[in-house]
Amino acid sequence: MQNRWGDEMEILELKDVSLKINGKQILKGINAEFWKGHVHAVVGPNGAGKSTLAYTIMGLEGYRNIEGDIIFEGESIKDLSVTERARRGITLAWQEPARYDGLSVRKFLTASAGGNVNVEEILEKVGLGAEYADRAVDKTLSGGERKKIELASILAMKPKLVMLDEPDSGIDVASLEKIFEAIKILKEQGTTVILITHSLAVLKRAEYAFLMCNGMIVDKGRVEKIIPFFEGKCMPCEHKNMPKLNEKEGNEDEC
Amino acid sequence: MNVDFAKLAEIDETLKDKDTAHVMIDTNKVISKRDIPGLRVETLEKKEGVDVRVVVEKGVKIKREVHLCFGITHERALQRINMDVEVQDGASISILSHCIFPKAEEIKHLMDTKIRVGKNAEYIYKERHIHAMEGGINVYPKAKVTVDEGGHFKTDFELIKGRVGILDIDYEVEAGKRSVVEMTTKVNGREDDRIKVKEVAFLVGERARGVLNSRIAVRNEARAEVYNKIVATAAHARGHVDCKEVIQGNANATAVPIVEVRHPKAYVTHEAAIGSVDTKQLQTLMARGLSEEEAVDLIVEGMLEG
Repeated sequence: MQNRWGDEMEILELKDVSLKINGKQILKGINAEFWKGHVHAVVGPNGAGKSTLAYTIMGLEGYRNIEGDIIFEGESIKDLSVTERARRGITLAWQEPARYDGLSVRKFLTASAGGNVNVEEILEKVGLGAEYADRAVDKTLSGGERKKIELASILAMKPKLVMLDEPDSGIDVASLEKIFEAIKILKEQGTTVILITHSLAVLKRAEYAFLMCNGMIVDKGRVEKIIPFFEGKCMPCEHKNMPKLNEKEGNEDEC
Repeated sequence: MNVDFAKLAEIDETLKDKDTAHVMIDTNKVISKRDIPGLRVETLEKKEGVDVRVVVEKGVKIKREVHLCFGITHERALQRINMDVEVQDGASISILSHCIFPKAEEIKHLMDTKIRVGKNAEYIYKERHIHAMEGGINVYPKAKVTVDEGGHFKTDFELIKGRVGILDIDYEVEAGKRSVVEMTTKVNGREDDRIKVKEVAFLVGERARGVLNSRIAVRNEARAEVYNKIVATAAHARGHVDCKEVIQGNANATAVPIVEVRHPKAYVTHEAAIGSVDTKQLQTLMARGLSEEEAVDLIVEGMLEG
């Protein structure tokens, strides 16, 4: 199936996905399509539901009881466990990655790859030296180092689809370039990338974007179309995730 | 020499080195032994085990790790090892002890040790257990230790391969002036294993320092109890008790860190954490394709081997 721009096959489709957590409606009828081998962004203000959407696609505990459907490579995955989804090729990099007492980077990357992998080569791709291979993935690593190792584990896994939640948080400017390079490598190896972000710098790395507000997708399209609205309206928005959607069309003063 | 023991402990090549001292005991028989200058190892075979006396002579620093191997090749047996270790003033030794019970169905291994670490001497002792998966093993390591002024006593007990069976550790250390005591225990229990760890350090000398670390993982119906205690009675003594236990299934864990300070210029801290495997750790590995069980194994392995 081709998209409206004549690009390649769709890999993931969200069909009217809604989710309640503790009785509160977090996601509201999300419809979205993600295209194989392309870089997408889900953008919006804090609290819009972006991370929740990523956790829902991954099928994390507490994010499984959805209405609607999630279609991956033409099949529903909404009843699959996290492991089963990962084995189909879906993965997620957390905004604040987990730390593990004593677990070496080498073992973490090898486990992510599902077998032997050139750990030093992968580390180099995210800007880390070979000496990191035998360090532990624990609190002795800085936030930026841990983030790079999370990305290295994604490169080791070679997934079909990855969701990177706030890939720039806790990262210095120099390291951010390495993160962007890694995103490029992922795209080159055919991985579909979904960037979860509220950063304009990250948004600019995407080809297609979905603008989220208050648990809804309020706009979608090529990133050039989304950037001006997000930059001009969402970033300074005072409506705190309560968009005045009905007044959007033709009224530049409203959401 | 019993080649199987050496192979199981992965030290068969190491033991060929003529500068590496070792003692290898199967049940109550000394099957291999090598001394080196400055290190005296005397053994006395008895009905139920072996008495072993180790003396590192004054000022002698043993460069290569010494290997002790206490094993039982039978399915059922009692092994009682009485160890008497003296590291004389200014001497140093590092020992790797292999406790191997590959066929155990009903084994009792009693280890009663008396250790004296002399002035400015160093004693580093690592104990690695290799057990069968049947669980019919009872292990009772017991030690009374004195560390003289400026001495260093360090132990690292590891039982993470095979079934624990019953483990009851009872160590007591008295640390003199400016001495250092470090004890680490790592145990991985499953099924109906029973684990009890009691380690006590008395910091009796000025500026004595002590750290007691325990890392225990239990799953299924296993039980673990850790009672680690530091008593500081001298000025500027410093101590820390750290216990971390991970439980899965119907397992049960207790941690009782005790600190007792009897001098206004001494300082001892403690921390203990017991819980299941962290959700984010688990979900991250599952999001890389590991099953929940594989993910738990990897997390526990990291905690115990790190």
